[in-house]
Amino acid sequence: MAARDPVIVGIGLSDAPRAPHLDSLGHHVQAIQRALADAGLEKRAIDGYLCSGMAGGIAETVTMAEYLGIDHPYVDGTMTGGSSFEFHVQHAAAAIREGLCDTVLVSYGSDLLSRSGRTLGTGGFRGSAKVTGAELYSAPYGLPIVGGYALVAQRHMHEFGTTSEQLAEIAAGVREFAGLNPNAMYRDPITAADVLASRVIADPLHLLDCCVVSDGGGAFLMTTAERARDLRKPAVRVLGAAGAQTHWNISQMPDFTTSAGATCIPEAFARAGVQPRDVDTIQFYDSFTITVLVLLEDAGFCKKGEGGAFVAQENLRRGGRLPLNTDGGGLSACHSGMRGLFLIAEAVRQLRGEAGAAQVPDARVALAVGSGGWLSCIGAVVLGRE
Amino acid sequence: MAMEVVRGRTWERPQLAPGALDRAFFEAAARGELLYQRCAACDHRQFYPRLLCTACGGDIDWATASGRGVVHTFTIVRQHGQPPFKGELPYAVAMVELEEGVRMMGTVTGCPVERVRIGMPVEAYAIECGDGMAVPFWRPSE
Repeated sequence: MAARDPVIVGIGLSDAPRAPHLDSLGHHVQAIQRALADAGLEKRAIDGYLCSGMAGGIAETVTMAEYLGIDHPYVDGTMTGGSSFEFHVQHAAAAIREGLCDTVLVSYGSDLLSRSGRTLGTGGFRGSAKVTGAELYSAPYGLPIVGGYALVAQRHMHEFGTTSEQLAEIAAGVREFAGLNPNAMYRDPITAADVLASRVIADPLHLLDCCVVSDGGGAFLMTTAERARDLRKPAVRVLGAAGAQTHWNISQMPDFTTSAGATCIPEAFARAGVQPRDVDTIQFYDSFTITVLVLLEDAGFCKKGEGGAFVAQENLRRGGRLPLNTDGGGLSACHSGMRGLFLIAEAVRQLRGEAGAAQVPDARVALAVGSGGWLSCIGAVVLGRE
Repeated sequence: MAMEVVRGRTWERPQLAPGALDRAFFEAAARGELLYQRCAACDHRQFYPRLLCTACGGDIDWATASGRGVVHTFTIVRQHGQPPFKGELPYAVAMVELEEGVRMMGTVTGCPVERVRIGMPVEAYAIECGDGMAVPFWRPSE
């Protein structure tokens, strides 16, 4: 490993899934303090800062940097929705390699559940809202967030014969891992039949095809391989990262069965010098079961259209070929609006061998794939242990 | 073929606050015209309306659509937390692929939601939303 190769050296999660004692800022701070303790780093070592939140944009990043007291030569507020943090890994890795900074903090915090209740997926626009821009052409029709993903699922079923039972298997498998996570929102086992028996929210997606709404925050620290040698935990290498966008609004999705992951996930693999068969565990953005299915195909674990059959073979289960979302995922454990940071944290936990009962034996390579918007902005990160 | 325009109904859906470009689309709909955009230079077709051709980057022109298309994909919304949608459940929202090749989102009305299918032929009509504008909706054409 070269001296300036980028590595992840610390992770921290704030109290979740229900934390009425914390606001969004409180989630940021708690997660950052825990990440610093995990790494054994002093706060003053941080010279780069990246964050993203539901408010979005660079203003949040610089106000956060001020609040945290970080004087930075490098700052980045890239906002691609839930995949922001995968893009952040890519950008921070490039900045570290280039020598723009040495030690980077990435953080996220959200009090979504405590502040807004469970309204994110099906709340939508108020009838009295004034709309502008691209939303002029969607807001009058009352399509909730779940409905946008339902358009993808419906088309995937039409083109490839994918079934609700196959999608349900994804939710059941992730729930098994949630049962091993004391901080997961829902821990009781479910079967595919339970998913199919739950009420339909937007055809063909059922309640249990949808992620939870929770509170939660997270942080991770990146630095050079050289600096990491003096720190507490084994460094996790950023082997390769790539991101791509095909659209933002769901109405603009060019192909309703394929995401930008079809270009950027293979690119991340190429940069990492690994193949899909080398991956030991995947941490995929599971806003909805269909999100996982599309990303699996786009990553090349199976051909386009064969995701349903791939999932039905229980590949994604605990003990399977490619265990998915070993913390219980957004589907069962924690989704506070933008889940991408948790994907990185869980991949690191697996590669350090710290995942306890959820540990994937001898995990050496993990793939984290975030999805922002409506399968709009996809960020892929390949991580490996030393 | 002009779209039918439903007039005089109270508009309870989100209020549109379009800029000049978007206003032209909704004012045309109030006259029964369904517009999309076509590039004179490279023949690229696009929707929603923009100030440039997303293919070649040049200027872009309005064109009038036939108002006929097929359902490319759809969902039946069965849960929504906000009025007026909450009171209209269940309803079908589709991406309609127009004969001209662009796609538009819209509610499919005029048939039971269970009848909506991918590939189903639909036609546009418009509902007035105030301020001289109207919004396109879709219904089965057969």
